[in-house]
Amino acid sequence: MLFLDHIWIIPLLPAFGGAGMLFFGRKLQKATVNVVCVGMVGLAFIMACGSVLQYTAWAETHSHQPYQTILYTWLGGDTGHLIYPTHDGAQAPFQADAGLLLDPLSSIWLLFVTGVGMLIHIYSIGYMAHEGGYYRFFGYLNLFMFSMLTLILANNYVLLFVGWEGVGLCSYLLIGFYFHRKSASDAANKAFIVNRIGDSGFILGMFFIAWLCGSLRFVDVNAFAHLGTHSPETLKYITAATLLLFVGACGKSAQLPLYVWLPDAMEGPTPVSALIHAATMVTAGVYMVARSNALFVLAPTSMKTVAIVGALTAIFAASIGLVQNDIKRVLAYSTVSQLGYMFLALGVGAFAAGVFHVFTHAFFKALLFLGAGSVIHAMSGEQDMRNMGALEKRIPVTYWTMLIATLAISGIPPFAGFFSKDEILWQTWTSEGDAYRILWVIGYVTALMTAFYMFRLVYLTFYSKPRMSREVEHHIHESPKSMIVPLVILAVMSLFAGFLGWPRSLGGSDHFARFLDPVFARGEARTLIEEGKAGQLVAAEKEEEHTSPTEYLLMVLSVAAAGVGWYMAKRSYAHAHTGYSEPIKAASPATYKILLNKYYVDEGYDYLFTGRRKIDGVRLGAMGLGEASSWFDANVVDGAVNGAGWITRTTARLSSWWDKWIIDGIGVNGPAILARMLSYPARLFELGLVQWYALVMTVGLVGFVFYYVYH
Amino acid sequence: MYSHILSIVLFTPLAGAILLLFVPKENKDAIRWIANIFAFGGFLISLPLVPWFWNLRFEPGFKFVEGSANNWIPSIGAGYVLGIDGISFLLIMLTTLLGWISILSSWTAIENRVKEYYVWFLVLQTGMLGVFMALDFFLFFVFWEAMLVPMYLLIGIWGGPRKLYAAIKFFLYTLAGSVLMLLGILFLYFHHHGATGVYTFSIPELYKTAPQIYYDYGASAATLLFLSFFFAFAIKVPMFPFHTWLPDAHVEAPTAGSVILAGVLLKMGTYGFIRFSLPFFPDVLMHTRVRFWVMALSVIAILYGALVSLMQKDMKKLVAYSSVSHLGFCTLGIFALSPLGLSGSVLQQINHGVSTGALFLIVGILYERRHTREIAEYGGISSVMPVYATITMIMFLSSMGLPLLNGFVGEFSILQGTFMEKEIAGHPGWFWAAWAVPGVILAAAYLLWLYQRVFFGTVTNPKNEKLHDLTPREIATFAPLLIMAFWIGLYPKPFFQILEQPVNQLVQNIRPDYGKPAGTMNASVQPRTAAPARQDLAKTGGIPSLLRGKN
Repeated sequence: MLFLDHIWIIPLLPAFGGAGMLFFGRKLQKATVNVVCVGMVGLAFIMACGSVLQYTAWAETHSHQPYQTILYTWLGGDTGHLIYPTHDGAQAPFQADAGLLLDPLSSIWLLFVTGVGMLIHIYSIGYMAHEGGYYRFFGYLNLFMFSMLTLILANNYVLLFVGWEGVGLCSYLLIGFYFHRKSASDAANKAFIVNRIGDSGFILGMFFIAWLCGSLRFVDVNAFAHLGTHSPETLKYITAATLLLFVGACGKSAQLPLYVWLPDAMEGPTPVSALIHAATMVTAGVYMVARSNALFVLAPTSMKTVAIVGALTAIFAASIGLVQNDIKRVLAYSTVSQLGYMFLALGVGAFAAGVFHVFTHAFFKALLFLGAGSVIHAMSGEQDMRNMGALEKRIPVTYWTMLIATLAISGIPPFAGFFSKDEILWQTWTSEGDAYRILWVIGYVTALMTAFYMFRLVYLTFYSKPRMSREVEHHIHESPKSMIVPLVILAVMSLFAGFLGWPRSLGGSDHFARFLDPVFARGEARTLIEEGKAGQLVAAEKEEEHTSPTEYLLMVLSVAAAGVGWYMAKRSYAHAHTGYSEPIKAASPATYKILLNKYYVDEGYDYLFTGRRKIDGVRLGAMGLGEASSWFDANVVDGAVNGAGWITRTTARLSSWWDKWIIDGIGVNGPAILARMLSYPARLFELGLVQWYALVMTVGLVGFVFYYVYH
Repeated sequence: MYSHILSIVLFTPLAGAILLLFVPKENKDAIRWIANIFAFGGFLISLPLVPWFWNLRFEPGFKFVEGSANNWIPSIGAGYVLGIDGISFLLIMLTTLLGWISILSSWTAIENRVKEYYVWFLVLQTGMLGVFMALDFFLFFVFWEAMLVPMYLLIGIWGGPRKLYAAIKFFLYTLAGSVLMLLGILFLYFHHHGATGVYTFSIPELYKTAPQIYYDYGASAATLLFLSFFFAFAIKVPMFPFHTWLPDAHVEAPTAGSVILAGVLLKMGTYGFIRFSLPFFPDVLMHTRVRFWVMALSVIAILYGALVSLMQKDMKKLVAYSSVSHLGFCTLGIFALSPLGLSGSVLQQINHGVSTGALFLIVGILYERRHTREIAEYGGISSVMPVYATITMIMFLSSMGLPLLNGFVGEFSILQGTFMEKEIAGHPGWFWAAWAVPGVILAAAYLLWLYQRVFFGTVTNPKNEKLHDLTPREIATFAPLLIMAFWIGLYPKPFFQILEQPVNQLVQNIRPDYGKPAGTMNASVQPRTAAPARQDLAKTGGIPSLLRGKN
């Protein structure tokens, strides 16, 4: 059990790489940076493969339990004396481990995150070769791998949150990698702050769980969820907890209404878009919801919310993607839309299907982004598809690999996307209730749109007429080997990854879902029991054995949708030359304008929530509140303080006046003045001359003498 | 050594100040060296406390107690008594560390009246340490007031353009609160005499009698008494709406003054709440209306401080208002009156000292180079000063509570401690936690926006093109703070263990039923009953009739 016992090394490897780069990177040669950073991720990949292999062997003998290892107590004193009361009045210790957990769910993420991560690291060697801040880029990338692996391997919600915020930070750093550009740092801030909004929901959701279960470990939470019956009160709190967790997922996985940061995140270097904003980080929300499946199935309201938000996001983002001209933006909206599919799957209880789509999506979407990067590289940095065209022969490897990825995402068999997307649509269709049929229609229309915008991208880029300037055309070249090899490997995966989930209806055995059974099966069984259909559990499984004709019909329909999308794109763009016309614009200019401007959501948010734009000179939102508070602080609160000071000074002045003129003036000096006035006549005699005194004395004496003599 | 460690730690800075008096003032470098040696020595000398305290961390009561009650001025019952528990231990370590860092950071920043500056700084250091160590109210009040003077002078002499306004405002505002507290102390003092026949300022003794005031004089009298302490501490923290002295004092104070002001002085308010308000007035605090207002003011401080911070144009003012927001979290944790909230609060006080102390150093470094703190004057600094930019980013992240750095641990504990309460002032705990959480979002907004405007983009101002990166001395001031930030973020277990005993003790005193299973609650509640002869006591006790309650 060499690998499994040392599983904690996996996240630490890239952590060392990242820390090393940030401390000493400036002095290192590019080759050293490559060896360290790519090497660390490569080692992590090898260890991940080893661990997963050993885990599958270990699980056979341990009734498919998750493997858990606790390194140390991270939060809390580990004495059990720092307690808080839970919902039933019991005590629970405040505690969060630095502990890791490996089960089939984390195994899948572990494999594709390290695998795709390694390929993208290799690709970056070529892509970033001429960029400044090389070590910084790889340092951040390694740091991201550390955070993502922490997120995946955490054994409790708080540690998951560590990875969750960590990937958010790395995303911020990498979106803002070209920090000289204001648009890049704006996008970075937007990503971080929007994610924080989601995170605040996540934190509160976590507290609800801790309050309900008295622990934040996944095994304890699952045990709690599977425990007998829950009172309606408890179920209400579980609904609140899961909805709040889903707010977090909406932030991280770019769902309505918090998706706005992801398209802007394309300001980052393309490998970042591929790794973080397509393959790995944005699926963290899916991971978290899947991880909490035991709680979610107890909260039908939350499940419905997840499904509806997912479906709406899917079609909303796809419709924007139809008209975008920036090659990376098309892919960004496509990612948002595909994430919507994943949440749709989770919301209808098809957890395995959702995870399967995450898995296949990781390959073909990473491939699409890396392919786009290769195109941009060839086009000397041009990202606008209006200035591309006819690159098919000039960069053939990029063309072929991107074509495979496009076929995969459009859902054309036997490419990977077909299996996962079809499974999601089928599961949506079979969910009880008419509302799910509407969701299926939404999903179906989205599939058509997906095929359209993806083939639009392919036709505008690789076919049609060349529309670039002569100079750019002159420089077109196929990318270096380090970029091509990852493309080819990902293309192979996009072709074959779907076979893991070959459905039973087509004679397969759906290995993928079977592998995940230990994580989800109990949850799915519970859903049925909750709805009072325990008896149907067996029946439902039996039904799966026989496939209904409907399933084949839906399969054909979804392939047809992809075909229609492809055909429409071909008709409109196959021969596009300079100044080609957009079919949507021709049909309805107003719709085109709304879509091109992304439904004006960013503007609306700026008016209402951030306050970066004013409405008729009035600022609303956070900045509006900030301005109002600042005014209030300076004038009212501090005004009161200064007012108190003023009152003191004024009363002091008044009393000083009173003291000077009334007390001292009238009271003390008054009698003195009076005395002086009254003494004036007497003072007239006081001349200070001795002769005068002598004269007066003499006159007085003479007077007295006369008086006595004549009396 | 062991038995006098607290006195030694307390008076080391003062000894340095006295020594400095004998150094000629022209000899600036000698003065700097001596001050730094004593500041660093003060930190080193406090280090043995760590292992010694660690061994005693689960023991109840105060540790390293020195002196006995009434030994100083026996006739009035004042004593020189020092002693610490887990809460004051952490704050003392923070004080000695930040004292050293701020004195080190002043080396080039202070050029005029160097001697006076360091003398006052060292005196201030002793004053602050005394506040955290004193176990006698008389002694406490002496230190509490004594530390005002040096801070007043530091702002008033070495401050910015509006230094006199700021210094006087700081002094008078704080003094106004202190006067009310003095009245409160005297009430406790005479009440103690009335109850026991002994005049004493000893804090452990007053713990025994003060809670009875609620029953001896009625709720309204006890509430007034609570308020007299509350104003003193709320001004110091500062809580909304008593906070406006803080931005002015910070903006005008020299960098080191700001570091100490934010890092340590503000903690005296929260420390006062924990050390005095909670154990003295448990029944007042559990009163719905009082609790509602203290909680509401905390939440308002969190949101309001963050919103005002968002719109500041002066970096130091921005950081000052962010302090209001962060201290709001601290008071929220205190008034949640749960062990978790309290531990989180103390931890967050340490965190705030580390992160905001660092933020003021960061602003100070740019100020020293450019002599302006206007955000608009900067831009693109990360290309010119990359090491500085990296350290700033780490400290910003720590301040906004990113996990694996210190801020998260404190905020998370506070929020969870608040959340888990079934009922606080008529609302469930989650209600209060939910109001506080947006503060975390806003923290990211104002800090990242500040970072963007100062560090990102291209250098547009030619004056910024030639700024030199951090010197080794400046890196040395940041190093301990960075280590603390990562330590608390990665391995906070020792801190929780140190805080465990005092916070559980506090909560036990206030809420004897805390943590007991719901069923046994009624049986186990032992309400603090009225003292047997409370009517007589009020009539015959040695309390001046002016202070006497209505009954």
